[in-house]
Amino acid sequence: MCLAVPGRVLDIEERDGTRMATVDFGGVVKEVCLEYLPDLQVGEYAIVHVGFALQRLDEESARQTLELFAELGLLQEEFGDPWETAAAEAAGSEPVEEVRNK
Amino acid sequence: MSDTTDLPVPALDVEAWTCPAPLRDRPRVVMGHGGGGVLSAELVQQIFAPAFGGEVLAQMGDAAVLSLGGARLAFSTDSYVVRPLFFPGGSIGDLAVNGTVNDLAMSGARAAYLSCGFILEEGVELDVVTRVSEALGAAARTACVEVATGDTKVVEAGHGDGIYINTAGIGLVPAGVDLRPQRVVPGDVVIVSGAIGVHGVAVMSVREGLEFGVEIKSDCAALGGLVDVMLAVTPDLHVLRDPTRGGLAASLNEIAQASGTGVVIQERDVPVPPAVANACAILGLDPMYIANEGKLVAFVPREHADAVLGAMRAHPLGADSVIIGEAVEDHPGMVVARTGLGGTRVVDLPIGEQLPRIC
Amino acid sequence: MKYIDEFQDPELARRLLDDIHATVTRPWALMEVCGGQTHSIIRHGIDQLLPHKVELIHGPGCPVCVTPLEVIDKALEIASRPEVIFCSFGDMLRVPGTGRDLFQVRGEGGDVRVVYSPLDALRIAQQNPDREVVFFGIGFETTAPPNAMTVHQARKLGIPNFSMLVSHVRVPPAIEAIMSSPSCRVQGFLAAGHVCSVMGMGEYPELAERFRVPIVVTGFEPLDILEGVRRTVRQLERGEHTVENAYARAVCAEGNPAARAMLEDVFEVTDRAWRGIGVIPQSGWRLAPKYRAYDAEHRFSVEGIRTQEPAECRSGEVLQGLLKPHECEAFGTLCTPRTPLGATMVSSEGACAAYYLYRRLDMPATKAQEATPVV
Repeated sequence: MCLAVPGRVLDIEERDGTRMATVDFGGVVKEVCLEYLPDLQVGEYAIVHVGFALQRLDEESARQTLELFAELGLLQEEFGDPWETAAAEAAGSEPVEEVRNK
Repeated sequence: MSDTTDLPVPALDVEAWTCPAPLRDRPRVVMGHGGGGVLSAELVQQIFAPAFGGEVLAQMGDAAVLSLGGARLAFSTDSYVVRPLFFPGGSIGDLAVNGTVNDLAMSGARAAYLSCGFILEEGVELDVVTRVSEALGAAARTACVEVATGDTKVVEAGHGDGIYINTAGIGLVPAGVDLRPQRVVPGDVVIVSGAIGVHGVAVMSVREGLEFGVEIKSDCAALGGLVDVMLAVTPDLHVLRDPTRGGLAASLNEIAQASGTGVVIQERDVPVPPAVANACAILGLDPMYIANEGKLVAFVPREHADAVLGAMRAHPLGADSVIIGEAVEDHPGMVVARTGLGGTRVVDLPIGEQLPRIC
Repeated sequence: MKYIDEFQDPELARRLLDDIHATVTRPWALMEVCGGQTHSIIRHGIDQLLPHKVELIHGPGCPVCVTPLEVIDKALEIASRPEVIFCSFGDMLRVPGTGRDLFQVRGEGGDVRVVYSPLDALRIAQQNPDREVVFFGIGFETTAPPNAMTVHQARKLGIPNFSMLVSHVRVPPAIEAIMSSPSCRVQGFLAAGHVCSVMGMGEYPELAERFRVPIVVTGFEPLDILEGVRRTVRQLERGEHTVENAYARAVCAEGNPAARAMLEDVFEVTDRAWRGIGVIPQSGWRLAPKYRAYDAEHRFSVEGIRTQEPAECRSGEVLQGLLKPHECEAFGTLCTPRTPLGATMVSSEGACAAYYLYRRLDMPATKAQEATPVV
C-alpha cells in the first residue's frame, strides 16, 4: 500500500476546473492533483500517491524526528555500548534499565 | 450498507484459507518474453535453441565468436523496437548502431561492418525515416563502422510502431582475447563503467502515459573505444557485458549463473544518479533492473583491476567507472547486494518487463 | 530525494538499532501491516539487523495480492471486449485470475494499458470517445481517494464512456480479523503510514484497547521502520498498549478531511473477500448507488461471474504470520513469482515474493538452489 513519495510544489494552476500542481521529486517533475490539499502552497512539500497530493509534509516534524534519532545515540554513548549490552543480554544477564528509560 | 453483515468478526480458520491455482505455461507471447529476463531466456532455451541446434548458438553470448578462414570473427544481431522513436539523448537510429556495436565489443571485437534492415509502417512520414537514417549514419561514423548491406519492408498501417530496425554486425576478435562468463573465478573484481539506469529512465520519461520531466539524457554510446583501452591494459579480462534490457541485475545474474560463482556487490558503490533513483522511487522500480545503452560491466582479475580501472577512467565513456563488487565462492549462481544499512539481499534475475507499481 | 534520503542514514539507523537492542528483553512478534513496509524491510535487510527476539510478521497489506480472484476474473472478462480500453496500475497485470492474467488478455488482442494515475485513464476516455475506458480501481485507503476523485470527476465532467471496476479494501477490519483469530501470534502492529495520512488515527485506539496491542503508525523508509519497531517494543516491554504516531511528518490525527469526505460520497462500506484469506466483514468499499452508472461491473453485466478459490496453497498462513514464506513446501519450486500459487507470491510486495526476490540467501541451501531460475 502504497508507494507515496514526498515532493515539492513548483507551481499551481486550475485545469478543467481541477487544482493541479507541478511537483518536483528531486529532479523528476510530475503533474499532481491538489484537490485534496486545496490550500497547499508553492514551495511546500506533500506526500504524493498515484498523481494525488494526499497529505502536507510537516517539515518541522521531520526535523524533530531526525533530531530525536541523533539524541538517542548521545544517550547511548553516556551509558556504554548497547551492542555490548545486547551481547550481555544474549548471554542471559539482565538488561541495563537506565538505558531503556532515559 | 445493505451488503454488509452485523455478524461478529469470524475467527480466521487457517485450514479454510485458500488461494488460487497457479498460472502455468502461457499459450501466447506476452511482452515479458522480450524483457531480457527469465521469460526471454526460456523462449530461447525451449523453442529457438532446440529448433536451430548448433554449437555456436549454445554458447549464448551477446555475440557469437566464430572461426572462419583462419580469423576469429564476432557476429551479432539485434532488433530495435523502441517507443517513442526519439527520446532525450538519442533515437532508434543511434540504438540500432550502438546496440549491435556494443554486443560485438563485449566479445572484444571492434565492429567492422553492419547490415541494416528497416521495417516501416505504412503512413510513417518520410521526414521521420530521414531523421532516423541520419542519426543511424552519424552513429555509425562515430563508431567507425560501415553499413555494408540493407533491406526495407513496409507493413500495413497499424502493424508497427512507425519504424523497426534490425542490424547485424561483424568484427575481428583480437588474438589472445577470450571474454566469456565461464572464465570468471572467485576474486575477480566487478567494475561498472558509470551511472546506471540512465537510458531506461530517459525513455520512460517520454513514454505515453508515464511522462515526467527530468534533466536526463540516454547514455546511448558505442563502447568499442572503451573496450580497446581496457584490452590494452591486459587482454586477460574475463568477461564484459553491456547491461541493456533487464539492467545490471540481469547481466550480473547471467554471469553468475554461467560461471558458477557467486557475485557480491556493495549497493552504496553502485552509481545511481539522483534523477534515476528518484524516478524509480516514484514508479516503484529498482535501478538495478533499468536498461543502459552506453555502459559496460567487467569482471577483471584482481591483479589487473586497478590498472584497468585507471584506463577506463581516462576514457570519456568510462570517466565514472567504479568497482562495485567481486566474484566469490559462496552462493554460486547468485548475486547478493550488501545494503547501505549493512544487511544483505539477493538481486534476482528479472521475470519479465518492469512495470510501475502502486504498492 | 529530500525527506527520503535522510531517513535512510546508516549512522542514525545504527543508533535506532542500538536502542532497540538495549530495550528488548523478551521475544516479541510484531506485524507490519503494509506491503510497502515489507518491501522496505527486505530490500534494506532490516530484519537481519534487529535482535533475534524481535520477529516481524508480514501482514496482508499488499492490495494487489489480496484482490479477490473473482474480481480479477471480472477484469479479464471486461478487458477482453473489443470496445474496451482497460487501464490498470502496472502491478495488477501479472496477477493471475482463473487460467490467465491481463498480460495474456493483451497478448490475445485486448487493449490493456498501464497508467500511473487513475486520472490518466480518465484522460484516455476523453481522448477516445468512441471506446469504453475502464479503470481497475483497487487498493487500500491510500489509493481509494484518487480513485474516488476520478469517478467524481467523470460524473462532474459528464464522461459517459468511463467506468471503474472497484475492489477497495480497508485496513482496520483486517487488523480486527487477524487479532480475533485464536491462533494469532501478533503482539504489536506497525500501522501503515500512508493509510493514516488519509484516514488519520481515529480508528485505532479502540482496537489497541480491545486487543491490548500497541499500534504504532509507521512510515516506509528504513529509519521510519526502525522507529516503529523501537516504539512498539518499548511499549511491549513496559506492558503498554497505546496508539503512537512514529510518522508525524506525514500523518496527523484527523488525516485528510477532504479525502475522507470524498470517500464517504463516492463509496459505501461492503463485506469483501480477501484473496487467500476469505471474507472479512465490512472490510471493503464499493461504489455508492448514485455512482452506479460508473460501475463497470454493472455496465458490463459481469456481476454474475462467481469464482471459487481452489485450496492449493498456504498463503493464508503466511498472511497470518503462522508460516514463514520459505517454510512452505511449494516455495521457490512450484510457487515462484512467475508461477504464483498464492496471493503472497503474486505482487512484488507480497511476503513470499519479497522473500523470493531478496532473502533466498538465508534459506536452506537446497531450497535456494531449487529456487534459482535456470538460464
